[in-house]
Amino acid sequence: MARLGARSSARSKGVPSGSELFALSTLGLLAFFAVWYGVASSGWVPSRFLPGPVVIADTIARLSDHPYAGYTIEAHTVASLQRFGLGFGLAVVLGVPLGLLMGWYRWVDDVVAPLFESVRFIAPIAWVPFAALWFGTGIGGPILIIFSGAFPPCVINAYRGARQVDTVFVEAAQTLGAGGLRIITEVLVPAALPSIVAGLRVSAGLGWQSLIGAELIVVSSGVGYLMVQGQTSLQTPIVMSAMVAIGVVGFVIDVALRALESAVQRSWGVEP
Amino acid sequence: MHDLKVSAPPAASTGRLRRFWFALAAIVPLLVLWYVLTAVTHTISLGRFPSPEDVFNAARQISRGKGYAGGTMTAQVWQSSKLVLMGFAVAVGTGAPLGLLMGWSRRAEALLNPAFLLVRPIPPLAWIPLAILWFGLGDGAKIFVIWFAAFVPALINSYTGVRNIDPTLVAAARVHGASRLQLVTQVLIPGSMPMIFTGLRLSMQASWTTLVAAELVGAIFGLGHVLIVASLDIYPGMILYAMVWVGIMGALMTKALALLERRAIPWRG
Repeated sequence: MARLGARSSARSKGVPSGSELFALSTLGLLAFFAVWYGVASSGWVPSRFLPGPVVIADTIARLSDHPYAGYTIEAHTVASLQRFGLGFGLAVVLGVPLGLLMGWYRWVDDVVAPLFESVRFIAPIAWVPFAALWFGTGIGGPILIIFSGAFPPCVINAYRGARQVDTVFVEAAQTLGAGGLRIITEVLVPAALPSIVAGLRVSAGLGWQSLIGAELIVVSSGVGYLMVQGQTSLQTPIVMSAMVAIGVVGFVIDVALRALESAVQRSWGVEP
Repeated sequence: MHDLKVSAPPAASTGRLRRFWFALAAIVPLLVLWYVLTAVTHTISLGRFPSPEDVFNAARQISRGKGYAGGTMTAQVWQSSKLVLMGFAVAVGTGAPLGLLMGWSRRAEALLNPAFLLVRPIPPLAWIPLAILWFGLGDGAKIFVIWFAAFVPALINSYTGVRNIDPTLVAAARVHGASRLQLVTQVLIPGSMPMIFTGLRLSMQASWTTLVAAELVGAIFGLGHVLIVASLDIYPGMILYAMVWVGIMGALMTKALALLERRAIPWRG
């Protein structure tokens, strides 16, 4: 939710001052933790179900030197990140070129689009049974799930990027004698890059979420697995600690890709 | 993926025809290949991927009598769609008004945004174990998780919708003496409608994915439950048949929403 700053927009009358807004934000943040803490320690809900923020902080600290479900929380997170990296990398390496080809060659688009459309609506997580059957539950299965979550945005955005390329550039390159491959690498890819990078962000978010889903169901290490183990032994603090770890990693991935996105936009002179 | 609007009708119809033939040319060989590899040459073992006949038998088994995994496919699909619609309705009912409020009032945004930003990075699927701990394996847990999944896109997009309204429209309404209620119902809501619908589409997709995941993790009935039982039974025909239904229902819901959108925003064409 980027604030639009000084730009005027349709808003209620009476512009509040910056310091008032800051105070309200601080209040909102404090209220969030206060309500959580208050409800957790009031005894209305059993602390087994809703541990307070302090308990969660404690649990995270404990999980980082005492292994639970086989590993420490760091080791679980690293295991998840490795799978994520492989699945996401595979989706980018296959998806982006496919999208570009679909945008560039009409017949590729015509052939691939119906196949793509017919599997697009299958939720990535529904691949879990086949992923387990084909590649096992170690590393191959989860990679397929991440791939099926992260692949479509890569394809779609590369496709859109390639379609939006100004034909003048392509024609200029053709007039100057560039062949198909050179046009792709020197005109199409650079021109489509902002759109591709925007797709990467969506793709990483979906991939990370699909991985968590896969780990909940089939895998025997990783943060998702940590959560399931916590859940089956009714350890709410462990479940919530794993949620924090998942949120932090997801946030870091998003921030990194957002930085890449705005760097590309800046050097390409695209208005963000 | 094809949002290319072709203005001349003849061109559009030949384009559609061409697309149809290409689709046929892409899909038919694949189906034939599927049949040959699984049922004729047995290159793909039936324990790993079903033959068309296996899928047909699975479909027949689940549509008759007691069905499979606790009920017939109709009952399982109905169960899942019912939960998605309920969770979706609750999420949109809470998320969209809150987004409108945050878009309209800077104070409300300042107050609510920090908590929202803290919770947002946690993907909806990560709420499933907590939901099971809190609500058990019944419908409550699913509705809670779907609510969470669909709430975020509904909120963000209605927020953006309000922020993108041309301020002169608001000023004009005020000059003409519109009351606060009129301003909301006649300027803010219609003005942010296109963005709200973008949000609804994302919400719907998120709801469906999340529900299937939640049913895979823990459920006693529903499409995801069929998938996981078939997976444990190593019954590839049933897995594929259930996946087909996941796809069909996902597509149907998206299409229904697009239809609704055309009704709700006729001025968008």
